[in-house]
Amino acid sequence: MSNIPILKERESQIFRKGKKPFDMTCGKHSLAGSVSQRACVFCGSRVVLYPIADALHLIHGPIGCAAYTWDIRGALSSGPELHRLSFSTDLREKDVIFGGEKKLHHALIELIHQYAPKAAFVYSTCIVGIIGDDVESVCRAVGEKTGIPVLPVHSEGFKGTKKDGYKAACEAMFSLVGKGDIADISPKSINILGEFNIGGEAWMIKSYYQRMGIEIVSVMTGDGRVNDIRRSHGAALNVVQCSGSMTHLAEKMKEVYGIPYIRVSYFGLEDTSQALYDVAAHFTDDPEILESAKELVRGEIQAIYAELQQIKQKVRGKKAAIYVGGAFKAFSLIKALRYLGIKVVLAGSQTGMQEDYQTLKEMCDEDTIILDDANSLELSKYVLEKKADLFIGGVKERPIAYKLGVGFCDHNHERKIPLAGYQGMLNFAREVFRTVSSPVWQFTPKYLSSTNSHHKHPPGPPSRGEFKGKLFQMRLP
Amino acid sequence: MLLRHTTKDIKERSALTVNPAKTCQPIGAMYASLGIQGCLPHSHGSQGCYAYHRSALTRHYKEPVIAATSAFTEGASVFGGQANLLQAIDNIFTVYNPDVIAVHTTCLSETIGDDIPQIINKAKADGKIPDGKYVIHANTPSYVGSHITGFSSMTKAMVDYFSSSNGQRQKTINLIPGYVEPSDMAEIKRIAGEMGISSLMFPDTSRVLNGPMTGHYRMFPAGGSTIKDLESTGNSLGTIAMGRTASLAAARALDAKCKVPYEMIDLPIGLHATDIFVDSLRKMAGVNVPESLSLERGQLLDVIADMQQYFYGKRVALVGDPDQVLALTKFLVSIDMCPVYLVTGSAAGKKYQKALEEATNDVPHEVRIKVGGDMFLLHQWIKNQTVDLLIGNTYVKYIAKDEDIPFVRYGFPIFDRIGHSYFPSVGYRGGLRLVEKILDAILDRKDRDSTDINFELVL
Repeated sequence: MSNIPILKERESQIFRKGKKPFDMTCGKHSLAGSVSQRACVFCGSRVVLYPIADALHLIHGPIGCAAYTWDIRGALSSGPELHRLSFSTDLREKDVIFGGEKKLHHALIELIHQYAPKAAFVYSTCIVGIIGDDVESVCRAVGEKTGIPVLPVHSEGFKGTKKDGYKAACEAMFSLVGKGDIADISPKSINILGEFNIGGEAWMIKSYYQRMGIEIVSVMTGDGRVNDIRRSHGAALNVVQCSGSMTHLAEKMKEVYGIPYIRVSYFGLEDTSQALYDVAAHFTDDPEILESAKELVRGEIQAIYAELQQIKQKVRGKKAAIYVGGAFKAFSLIKALRYLGIKVVLAGSQTGMQEDYQTLKEMCDEDTIILDDANSLELSKYVLEKKADLFIGGVKERPIAYKLGVGFCDHNHERKIPLAGYQGMLNFAREVFRTVSSPVWQFTPKYLSSTNSHHKHPPGPPSRGEFKGKLFQMRLP
Repeated sequence: MLLRHTTKDIKERSALTVNPAKTCQPIGAMYASLGIQGCLPHSHGSQGCYAYHRSALTRHYKEPVIAATSAFTEGASVFGGQANLLQAIDNIFTVYNPDVIAVHTTCLSETIGDDIPQIINKAKADGKIPDGKYVIHANTPSYVGSHITGFSSMTKAMVDYFSSSNGQRQKTINLIPGYVEPSDMAEIKRIAGEMGISSLMFPDTSRVLNGPMTGHYRMFPAGGSTIKDLESTGNSLGTIAMGRTASLAAARALDAKCKVPYEMIDLPIGLHATDIFVDSLRKMAGVNVPESLSLERGQLLDVIADMQQYFYGKRVALVGDPDQVLALTKFLVSIDMCPVYLVTGSAAGKKYQKALEEATNDVPHEVRIKVGGDMFLLHQWIKNQTVDLLIGNTYVKYIAKDEDIPFVRYGFPIFDRIGHSYFPSVGYRGGLRLVEKILDAILDRKDRDSTDINFELVL
């Protein structure tokens, strides 16, 4: 096959199963000049902490960082809505020259006075890291003055990837843990970590555990409350979803408070049931928990089974491409899609680790494309090459899929219905069915790429950037 | 009550912006860059910036939005971003092969002090910029100005880098449309075309961010100002620049560089502003106004006359970008509505403030104006005395819901409706669309609130 004329450095981040021994690079910083789909440290911290609804979230930086993250993730709250407002120190040129500490101090005092939040998170942005504001000491001073925890989040955008932002968020949250009264917490209790209550998912998951007789001490961070986090060290077990974002906190709580943790996923029947059983298995001294789990699983599956079977008939044999933030989500998606009879032909993630990709490779069929930190051209190339019927991704992938005439499911911030748990699986199946069977696709010029496309266009030089099949061919044995 | 935390009593805030009505420079520069054909916008900063800008523009346009990044690391932040930008330029031309890379800076690279022209020259010297390809730049530190400033600077960069004059004046007229939607840009061009005028528009995002579905993903869609067009702007008869904050800088630069005189007008929003636009075109090109445009004008006028009773005296709150707020305020006043609360997120100077004051001189209410304010303040004003209609971007929906006020979406961003990409709000037809939207909002409310007894069929 022809040489890759370009971005040789990306070669090792793309893998085609079945062609060569597995050796994939990941966890790399994106190449300068790439049109990657990734974000920054601040973004990671912001998405993790933002659902804590009774805390103040103040973004210390120029206005953009606050504007772009103002209520963009549908993390629902059953009570306060303070997290849905956008607070920014709106740093200007003179602050950059003379420092923004004073402004930050004023802003914090003013806001805490006005809203009486239970805690305040102060996010550092790129510029704060460069001008060297001592955010830590401002936070300490304001904390002492106001009597609430004021927590610096070290989320300067350039200091790593989104993952480092998760870590910074975990550090900030960890400083709350251990501060609340745990006297009345049941020994049969858990914290739910890495669940953000998009579309009300946390409520659903909480109810499963409660029905099993387990007390939920805190959800971090969906519909989150500061006081719950402060008492979270009283739980017997940490149940961690979306492992990328919260494992660090679970590790710290294990280290300091001796709380064990397990990794789970609530996506798909198999993983959700496994999660409930795994938690039940932790509380062996109460066999009733396992019994109620079994009963719950039976009942829940029974309630949706018939419709799921109907949908399966209709979507069987379709092909899906998935591109998600963390690789862990990809595993669940592959299983859930397989359950529906849908084959995954492309699987990628923004931030997967070596072992994640190893697992992906083992799960996937022959010839599946596996991508780390992909760009839009690569995504569109493989979607077309693999003749996918469905794309599952986030905000930036949606219009690409639609331009290609391919159905789309948002499995990220912009999903509007819960996709977790049993009802979530049914919702997901319905959404997949709806989008792949939408009548709009019969009118769209689908799969005209490569050879056919040339007949449809007037002759002439190929347009810039339009994928013509050559640019990205891989060197394959 | 999503905004239950908004209080009625207003305190002076010096250190704090709550619920912003603006965003930072780079996204404006990115949007302007997308209006050059075959251009890849490049964000010289850390990875988050461009991810946010792309997501925001994608949510607003429902279109793929491309851009590249220098992907700053801690190292780059200490030692400067030159190596990153050089590598980026090399990678971009090799892989994505655009005609132009339009580099904009960020707070990070500005504070570090990267000298972009010097880096571009080095790339040139190192042979990293292929023949016939270009790298242009605008300085867009996020802590200065707003998205409008960024748009303005990148538009000016198009002049700085491309416009040239060969001494032969063409009959062409340059149109600088300002920070408006692709649909507006198309409409402005159409009006000029309708008058038989050959025009060059920059930037031009029509058919870039409102393209058709083709079954292909094209990184560089068909639309956009071409390099050739940008170069020949220096030979045009004159320039019509629309919206002072977004377009004046480029118009001035073109005058200084190539002696192309310019006329600075408001955005052609509504009847009178469109009259001024059409008249400027007429005089500059020495043509007559065709019957077809008179017809459009007459239709807009007809609708306003037909429905005047519903406009009369309605109190309106308006929040948005300075050029839009000014033009829209004048339009609202001209149809007998009362714009009483006016907020721009971006600062725009004392003269601008004065222009708004003059425009609302005859409004028979106390008019509150804040240039460089935020939505929190607007909401506080409304809590003190309510209005009959709200006009602003998607974020205004929180206020509309909490206070139960009819709401017309207008401006950037609009994340929750479509239409702005396809239907203009400029020109006579755009005026008609605005009037329709305003009437729909007001009359739907009237119907909703009417009792059975006074619920009327014919309005």
